[in-house]
Amino acid sequence: MVKLTINGKPVAIDVDGSTPLLWVLREQLGLTGTKYGCGIGSCGACTVHINGKAVRSCTVPVSSLSAAQKITTIEGLSADNRHPLQQAWAELDVPQCGYCQPGMIMSAAALLNTKPNPSDADIDAGVTNICRCGTFNRVRRGIHLAVTINKRGRS
Amino acid sequence: MDKQRINVSRRDFLIQTTTLGAGFSLGLYLPLTGNAAFAAEKNATTVPEVNAWVVIKPDETVIIRIARSEMGQGTLTGLAQMVAEELECDWSRVTTEYPTPGQNLAREKIWQSFSTGGSQGIRGSHLYVRKGGAVARHMLIEAAANHWGVPMAECHVANGVITHSPSGRSTTYGKVAAAAAELFPPEQVELKDPKDWKLIGKPVKRLDTLDKLNGKQVYGADLTLPGMLNATIKACPVFGGTLKSFDDSKVRKMPGVRKVLRVGDNAVAVVANTWWQAKTALDALPIIWVEGPNSTLSSASISKMLDEGLTASEAFVGNKNGDVDKALRGAVKKVEATYAYPYQNHATMEPMNATARWTTDRCEVWCPTQNGEAALEATAAASGLPITKCDVYKLLLGGGFGRRGAIQDFVTQAVAIARQIPGTPVKLLWSREEDMQHGHYHPITKCKLVGGLDKQGELTGLHIRISGQSILAAVNPKWMKNGVDMITFQGFHPDGDHAISYTVPNLLVEHAMRNPPVPPGFWRGVNINQNAIYMECFLDELAHAAGKDPLAFRRKMMADHPKSLAVLNAVAEKAGWGKPAAKGVHRGLAVVKTFGSHVAACAEVSVDAKGKLRVHRIVAATDPGYAVNPQQIEAQVEGSFVYGLSALLYGECTIKGGAVEQSNFHDYPSMLIKEMPKVEVIVMPSGGFWGGIGEPTIAVAAPAVLNAIFAATGKRIRQFPLKHVDLRPV
Repeated sequence: MVKLTINGKPVAIDVDGSTPLLWVLREQLGLTGTKYGCGIGSCGACTVHINGKAVRSCTVPVSSLSAAQKITTIEGLSADNRHPLQQAWAELDVPQCGYCQPGMIMSAAALLNTKPNPSDADIDAGVTNICRCGTFNRVRRGIHLAVTINKRGRS
Repeated sequence: MDKQRINVSRRDFLIQTTTLGAGFSLGLYLPLTGNAAFAAEKNATTVPEVNAWVVIKPDETVIIRIARSEMGQGTLTGLAQMVAEELECDWSRVTTEYPTPGQNLAREKIWQSFSTGGSQGIRGSHLYVRKGGAVARHMLIEAAANHWGVPMAECHVANGVITHSPSGRSTTYGKVAAAAAELFPPEQVELKDPKDWKLIGKPVKRLDTLDKLNGKQVYGADLTLPGMLNATIKACPVFGGTLKSFDDSKVRKMPGVRKVLRVGDNAVAVVANTWWQAKTALDALPIIWVEGPNSTLSSASISKMLDEGLTASEAFVGNKNGDVDKALRGAVKKVEATYAYPYQNHATMEPMNATARWTTDRCEVWCPTQNGEAALEATAAASGLPITKCDVYKLLLGGGFGRRGAIQDFVTQAVAIARQIPGTPVKLLWSREEDMQHGHYHPITKCKLVGGLDKQGELTGLHIRISGQSILAAVNPKWMKNGVDMITFQGFHPDGDHAISYTVPNLLVEHAMRNPPVPPGFWRGVNINQNAIYMECFLDELAHAAGKDPLAFRRKMMADHPKSLAVLNAVAEKAGWGKPAAKGVHRGLAVVKTFGSHVAACAEVSVDAKGKLRVHRIVAATDPGYAVNPQQIEAQVEGSFVYGLSALLYGECTIKGGAVEQSNFHDYPSMLIKEMPKVEVIVMPSGGFWGGIGEPTIAVAAPAVLNAIFAATGKRIRQFPLKHVDLRPV
């Protein structure tokens, strides 16, 4: 039995410990917002947060995790699309096919956790997800817009 | 273009009476309560349609039916805009749904083509979808007029509110929709003059964004059905090879494993409770393949085969005028170059998948597909059932790019698996490795170009010999004419959607068809991608040899191609062609007509002393005739550059032992945000024709960048991708 804390809730799952977190999220917990793209930690479609840091969940066996670690998936980022990144993404119509976007948003959210006002160079270094539709320029604008939305929300 | 009067065929609209409330939700035939996303299936049709395109609910929700597939290109929104323009409904109430290909078959193709490729979504259906909206509008107004007992001509509609002007009475679409559904359609409708469009041409937001921001959007890979099992598959890595045997005693007792199955003659699948269990077991399964006749095929042997075609005596002719041999013999200066373009994978972010449920009297498939009708045909063929007992429910695609269009191999496999487990839905999801090694690849070609210049440095003759693979020969030979695959000649056609953008006095464009046994397929842009490199980079070579400015050299040959010239001029002007760029920054140009649109790009790049390339900026212009949603055009142009530049920088599938060597994104990389140039998009619709959007600009990305690299380094690169090339300036 593997015990995890996902989106603020404790869960206990009867699963082989070698199963990657990605597949436990998708198959045991039904959290299919986290996507399978490559299985080798290369594309970033499976990005979630562990204690606020971006992690590629396809390469993390659940046996390596504990209930003390806070795991956040795209479903847990906000209850109602109110996260500044989600607002910015909606404002700019960022997604095309959208398959990579949960991972893209989670990468961007982790970046904002450490750099609340990232430069373009910070974005280049911090967002390394693959998007085959090619949404990058709107992703960049979206991150900058989220910073503005965030400031507006606080003032 | 003025108002258009369009005849309405009665047949188109009468069949509806037998299928009222036919149920367009995905959940009609299967209980989908296990899946949260489908439990919330909000578009389930419970009210009669006004016509095939329009359903209006009593709460004023307007459901617009879309036959083409959404894969990121924005067609759901664009097509809905076109119906809504004529319908005069409240755009804020619009939602969309997919009819199924089975319903289309039953209703004698009332929604016409489901095929989503060739940048056809809007340009191929603009007339009949607008007609659908106009007919529905007419019927809704007529229903209100009947109710009031007044002439229709005294009524008008705006935003779904119908008003009888003399009396001031008003009602809404939602209130009269049921009565409208009982009426006969009008015999004629009038479509608006484009100058009166209110919604077409506006940068409205996409209708499908919000669920893509929070994980709610269900893609094929995410689908869950009650009692569903999960499968993954491995086909013989060698093209043309078959499955000899497998030893399932090694995996049968592994956790969750239900079945190990032969699929067709070349593949084996493991079916398990979860996908991860299926994948783990498949990886552990001992399999013996019969590699077949292609086991010694290699990139080198394919290259040799294509080299032979470059000089072979026989070739198909795609475009010819004048006497090219004579012109070249008489040339003051001759320039010659040979280019080569590799196999490339589509690498959609969502790997191939389909979910199937088979019983002795019905087969259903849920899948992301660019062509619902092709998926239905594949379902019927693999199920052994009549097509009328099959249907396909389309899900949004996690990328298509041509991979999920003409070829529905994933559907065939899923049905073959489900057929061996009657009554149980099975989701087949390929691993990325399977996806990389069993693509239907961007075809491989080489191209030899010979150009002749006169003493004024003008092009007098041009001979282009393409050698390589035909898509149609493999995918659909019926579309070939006398053995010729005109798709190979995209961008070189004498006229039409893929016409050459220049007047060359003596021209010969040929194709020596050489078809290696690696399966080719359509690909975003496909042959225009390399043909634009061949043509636009070689023109740059010629301009250089003539000592002329590449823009001036091109313009001289474009007098009879004013729309192509206009987009070229637009990018040159905006980019500042002829004016100094920033220090170390160099420019390159490209222009093509393709998929009916005129597009051009000016790229700005720098290459440092170590050979590191930086693409700083691309200015791109598109004339698609009419621009339905300019902000989505901008997104498509930017996106096409990512796809096109990823192909230029990294895209290559090599062959060894008859199999593709690449297996995942570590050896088949894609561009990242850090490599993305600034993109400035000029949308300049000139009216009077309908061109495509999703593909055209992909073609100008690579040649514009390559021409800028030459300006920066003095190097002509004729082999791709650039990852192999030393770009240090000469």
